[in-house]
Amino acid sequence: MVRSDVQLMLDVKAGDDASFDFLLQKYRSPLVNFLYRMVRDTATAEDLAQEVFLRVYRARKQYSPSAKFTTWMFRIATNLALNSLRDNRYRKMETSIDAPQSNEEDAAPRELPAREMRIDEHLLDRDRCDFIRRAIETLPEKQRVAVLLHKYEEMDYGEIAKILECSESALKSLLFRAYETLRVQLAPLVGQRVQQRAGEGRLS
Amino acid sequence: MKCEDFSKELIGYLDRRANSAERRQVEEHFTECTACRTRAEEFRELWSVLEEVPAVEPSFGFDARVRQRVAAEPRPRWFGLVPQPRLAFSMALLFALSVWMAKLPPSNTIPTSASTSAESEQFQAIKDLGVLDNYEVLTKFDALSELDAPATEPSEKLPPSHRPGDTNGGA
Repeated sequence: MVRSDVQLMLDVKAGDDASFDFLLQKYRSPLVNFLYRMVRDTATAEDLAQEVFLRVYRARKQYSPSAKFTTWMFRIATNLALNSLRDNRYRKMETSIDAPQSNEEDAAPRELPAREMRIDEHLLDRDRCDFIRRAIETLPEKQRVAVLLHKYEEMDYGEIAKILECSESALKSLLFRAYETLRVQLAPLVGQRVQQRAGEGRLS
Repeated sequence: MKCEDFSKELIGYLDRRANSAERRQVEEHFTECTACRTRAEEFRELWSVLEEVPAVEPSFGFDARVRQRVAAEPRPRWFGLVPQPRLAFSMALLFALSVWMAKLPPSNTIPTSASTSAESEQFQAIKDLGVLDNYEVLTKFDALSELDAPATEPSEKLPPSHRPGDTNGGA
């Protein structure tokens, strides 16, 4: 029988550390990705993700299933990420000349280019991803959290609204503004796709 | 539907979370407003663009580091289960103190068996003393402490008038 997150957490509360391991396996990747997209540094994202898991574990005795487990966990993650950004330490690391570039290379796991793929094409692909990441990074904090949780974590409006402590209606407006900003910032890439789609439509 | 209202409903329409009535309203607006229809198409393409960014994988040692930190967390102790450990500790201390005090022999209560027999012998010896019939001696009871042993013939030390059973014989 598959146990729900809430049941797993209640088992952890009862002293079953193996259930905590289940939660770790299930949410390690979404958490690290969310935090990476927030702070744009793999080492920092992993440190913060570890901290999230540790806080979840520490709070096990007080855990009561009043909210969804993911809402609770991502709220912790969001607060930690925003504090980290406000701390500005990691931003300074990013703008330095040496460390961030190497971090950036570690941060973006990519498949090695195929032999027949030209190096400029590969770089173009990297630049494209970097362009998108930077566009997301320029969003105001709350909008960024909303987009990451909506687009990448596919959370429902109610859950995101609880994490951001706003109404669902306010969240919908927030998401619209965020996507509108991204549409403008990523206009070259979006335009390219629209044209491509139009071309496909004409061909079909 | 106005373009302003449409902006709120557009996200729900695109991610398919809008209900059928909301979807119908948005689609009706598309027939009236080309700008909003174009924007919706661009939003859809924008979402495809955002998906181009690859996901990152946690590093090899990530799980091990989390487990290590979790293992280093202090384990709950028995009094960790008590909501107010200080109060519980005070109560336990009070209980132990009361048990200890209850076991203490009271100062004016029954003596031990060994001391009981010794004291009863002494009492018997003193009881047999004829001196106890002498009021004068009794008034100076401290003199008893000077006695080495129970007097077997107290009458020898007493004046004839005070001999037991001789109270009337002297006359």
